[in-house]
Amino acid sequence: MRGGRNAGGDGTKPRNVGHIILRLLRYIFGYWYLALPALACSLLSNHLALLGPRYLGTAIDAISDERGVQIDIVLENFVYMLICYVASAILAYLLTLVMVTLSQRITYRMRKQLFENLTSLPVSYFDTHATGDIISRISYDIDTVNASLSTDLVQVLSSIYTVVGSLYFMFVISKPLILVFVITVPISILFTRHKAKRIQPLFRKRSQKLGELNGFAEEMLSGAKSISAYGREDVITDRFDRRNREAVNAYYDADYYGAMIGPSVNFINNLSLSLVMIFGGILYLYSQNGATSPASAWFITIGGITQFVMYSRKFAGPINEFANILSEFQSAFTAAERIFRIIDEKPEEPDAPDAAVLSHAKGDVEVRNVDFGYIPDKVVLHNLSLRARPGQTIAIVGPTGAGKTTIINLLMRFYDVNDGTITVDGKEIRGITRDSLRASYTMVLQDTWLFYGSIFENITYGREDATMEEVVAAAKAAKIHSFIERLPDGYNTILSDDGINISKGQKQLITIARAMLPKTSMLILDEATSNVDSRTEIKIQEAMACLMENRTCFVIAHRLSTIQNADLILVVRDGNVIEQGNHDELIRLGGFYATLYHSQFS
Amino acid sequence: MKFLFRYLKPYLGAMSVGLVIKTIGTLVELVLPYILSYILDEIVPNDGRLTTIILWGCVMVFCALVALICNVKANRMASKVARDTTERVRHDLFARILTLSGRQIDAFTIPSLESRVTTDTYNVHSFTDRIQRLGVRAPLLLLGGIVVTLIMDSFLSLVMLAALPLIFVVVYFVSAYGVKLYTRVQKSVDGMIRVVREDSQGIRVIKALSKVKAEHQRYDRVNRNLVRDEKRASLTMGVVNPVMNLIMNLGITFVVLVGAYRVMGNQTEPGKIVAFTQYFTMISTATLSITRIFMMYTKCSASCRRIQEVVDAEQDLTVQSEQDCTPHSGDAYITFEHVNFSYNKSRDTLKDISFSVRRGQTLGIIGATGSGKSTLIALLMRMYDVDSGAVFIDGRDVRTYRKAELNALFGVAMQNDFLYSDTIEENIRFGRELSHEQIVHAATVAQANDFISAFPEGYGHMLSQKATNISGGQKQRLLISRALAANPDILILDDSSSALDYKTDANLRSAIAKEMRDTTLVVVAQRVSSVMNSDLILVLDEGEIIGSGSHTELLQSCPVYREISDSQMGGAFVE
Repeated sequence: MRGGRNAGGDGTKPRNVGHIILRLLRYIFGYWYLALPALACSLLSNHLALLGPRYLGTAIDAISDERGVQIDIVLENFVYMLICYVASAILAYLLTLVMVTLSQRITYRMRKQLFENLTSLPVSYFDTHATGDIISRISYDIDTVNASLSTDLVQVLSSIYTVVGSLYFMFVISKPLILVFVITVPISILFTRHKAKRIQPLFRKRSQKLGELNGFAEEMLSGAKSISAYGREDVITDRFDRRNREAVNAYYDADYYGAMIGPSVNFINNLSLSLVMIFGGILYLYSQNGATSPASAWFITIGGITQFVMYSRKFAGPINEFANILSEFQSAFTAAERIFRIIDEKPEEPDAPDAAVLSHAKGDVEVRNVDFGYIPDKVVLHNLSLRARPGQTIAIVGPTGAGKTTIINLLMRFYDVNDGTITVDGKEIRGITRDSLRASYTMVLQDTWLFYGSIFENITYGREDATMEEVVAAAKAAKIHSFIERLPDGYNTILSDDGINISKGQKQLITIARAMLPKTSMLILDEATSNVDSRTEIKIQEAMACLMENRTCFVIAHRLSTIQNADLILVVRDGNVIEQGNHDELIRLGGFYATLYHSQFS
Repeated sequence: MKFLFRYLKPYLGAMSVGLVIKTIGTLVELVLPYILSYILDEIVPNDGRLTTIILWGCVMVFCALVALICNVKANRMASKVARDTTERVRHDLFARILTLSGRQIDAFTIPSLESRVTTDTYNVHSFTDRIQRLGVRAPLLLLGGIVVTLIMDSFLSLVMLAALPLIFVVVYFVSAYGVKLYTRVQKSVDGMIRVVREDSQGIRVIKALSKVKAEHQRYDRVNRNLVRDEKRASLTMGVVNPVMNLIMNLGITFVVLVGAYRVMGNQTEPGKIVAFTQYFTMISTATLSITRIFMMYTKCSASCRRIQEVVDAEQDLTVQSEQDCTPHSGDAYITFEHVNFSYNKSRDTLKDISFSVRRGQTLGIIGATGSGKSTLIALLMRMYDVDSGAVFIDGRDVRTYRKAELNALFGVAMQNDFLYSDTIEENIRFGRELSHEQIVHAATVAQANDFISAFPEGYGHMLSQKATNISGGQKQRLLISRALAANPDILILDDSSSALDYKTDANLRSAIAKEMRDTTLVVVAQRVSSVMNSDLILVLDEGEIIGSGSHTELLQSCPVYREISDSQMGGAFVE
């Protein structure tokens, strides 16, 4: 346990449960002014609920008194009971109020911490972690922890109080009758623990099989038309049936044993009740006929028995729940660990303290002897050198997955080089603040990124102070203005998944319009190819050409015209730059590029 | 709910037996507090003897045991019924979905159909399971409790019963309101998740534009919204428990007070009051259960309705008799005759399409997205029926083919078609009876054999869901292999080689031409180079044929074709 928060920076070190509990408690103590009243409410409310049966018992004794009903005692206790129960209910709701407030504040804070750290992480984190997993942590895992903090914790605290309290009262009422629980409690605990061990894997299997079935159904339904086109309905339905049978059987198996739990717990409760009645009846019998004196431990009244039975029910409840709560805590700890992993993940290294701000860059980029690997011992770029003078175009060419984006990642400092230097206008980029370096580039990527918001907001995302005129001008340059005009809400149309239908090509044009706004000297471009029809493609091409004017451009190029006109072509294959030069040089070289070039005319 | 009953019918026998057993178990449990009061009021005061008390105690234990055995047995029988019912409901639903027509699938939408198979059948399962347990037990406990207490002391019983409607009303209305609030919470959750998803996917853009701070603010807004909605929902639902407990406890309190007066007036005995406190707990729990059953019932009947909509959907695309449809004369193999079609009956997707190709020829279709290319294919395969006009294959109207007969004619590869998590071999075979040799042959023609063999497991290589573990070009070649494998009469390649580089695409086309001479080929594409060798090329624009003929003819006659062709000269260079 060294220094709590910064331990386990790489997020892979396993942590012990104690550590996690401590950290969760720290969240709670951060709101001690809510936590303490909650605790007080909980104890008080439970205490009042415990007193209720006590007064009830006294009232019943007063009713069954040999001298006749002592109505004033009954009335007195009736009032006490009323007060107890009403007060207990109010306190219980107050407790909910405080606990919900507390847990919502904690969730709010956890989500905030998680998200803010997430956005400060290096891009590499997002390259190696699935979005779905991140989402499940920020929603499902935080919910799990939250549920445990807000309900289970209170329940445990109040349960402990209830168990101890009822035990105390039962002890006061009749010591010998407690012995009944010496028999039934161990049975109950052993039974639930034994069953839980046996049932848990069955329930796990049940959810697993159901998951498989649902996964299969979703996968196959997404191909419903293909299945129909090939007439494979019967075969696929047979496969579905097999998984369906497994799923319902797993459900049944879990149910088969699960069906025992409820009735068994009931049985144990009923057994306790019967035993209490047998022994209580006997004791009552001897107390009645005077064989035991009222001072003796063996003495009991009819009201005593009633109280005892009521307390025994209160006592049994939490004990039966014990196994459940324990397993819920277990899953909360696992969830908490997954959350802390992201919160503890090391953010992007801060800028050097003396980092300069790059402004009005000319766009003179030089890469010198750069080595780079995503994993330290697996170098993917060897000794790369290139020079892009202001206004030049550098085309990066190669098959999909060959590592074209690696070069972009280095230029924008999404990753830092292992060895060598990259300079802009003669300044080493590690000596420049990230924000100002990145602001010197404009970037258009092939996987268009638009967010939920109006078209106007999406276009001005890179320059919020842009006026409507500027936005319209950008949209016109990007050949998307007339399309936007035709939409019912024009530039205020909200882009969402379920809303209006805009095509991939149109999305691309909007991102190009976005890129038109910031006036930077350097441009990074990923040419879009497939999935766009020819006419839109022509538009995109024109828009991109407009964007490239007078800038230093790094283009992941697919289009022969771009490549042929580039000042420098980098041919990337299997992560390495295998050839570089202009078109004529590369054709003369007769290497990979030349083969590619000639193949399209064969 | 009638729908569910249809499936429960075969199990009515088993259900009744279970019901009887459950009833016995529940009744026996009801007897317990009765015995309790009997011991306290009758045996102990009236010269009770040890043996009698022990005897009655043992009767209690025995009753508890009988209740245990009966309940467990009945629960298990209920699970069995629920299992078998769900299995059949799910089967029928899934099988029916796969036989829905294209139009029906479009109307339901795939995500909705998915949730019907997953969530709704699950709701049906848990409902049929639990209704058999709670549905007997809770009403019996409630009714039994009321009857017994009425017999014991009807006046006291009425005092107690006054509390029940209150419990029911409070729980039902609060829960119903809570459901509404939780729907809103779910919406806020979606909003929060959307920001996280967007930002995780667009992190490069965000960082490139230094918008991290702005994103923090955007997230903070959705986070606050979510917290607010969650809080409101939790606070509302948090009312239920304290109020429930309060009402129950107040009921008992008043029973004691009224009981005291009645004991005074010799109308009742103290032991009965003790028993009442027991029955009251029982009855309140039962009321709570019945409220839950109501909620479950509402949920389940909604699910049943959604399942029934699909299962009982009208049979679309029925086979028509050959007398009703005039056959087409002439030697053309595929013929479209004045075909009009629209998806939603408002705007025509295809207008007056007519053309024909002979067996073994190649038909090329080119046009922008949304021009109706894929729709034309869908009509040829009869995924939809034409609005007017007719489609003929081999002189017969496609509406007269039996579905299996028609399917057997085609091999089809579409652009973003369906690959699933299984081996490559199985993805090509797609559940058909094809030998390994046929599959290897198809893969070889489709230029896929090389990369498949490069995997350590070869054809046994497992694809991930949606085949994310292979590249776009590899996916397309697998789909083409699948289309080729059964040697179809008509091979349709719908934009299925867009991710291939020129060289592979050219090899593919020459291999198909060599290996499949008798096959009529239909190629849909955006690239001129993919269709330029076709015998007939159709240029589609907004659902109309604006040009048809061979490549050289179209270059002369069709300006749009020429424009596309020019723009693509030296088009995509690599992948």
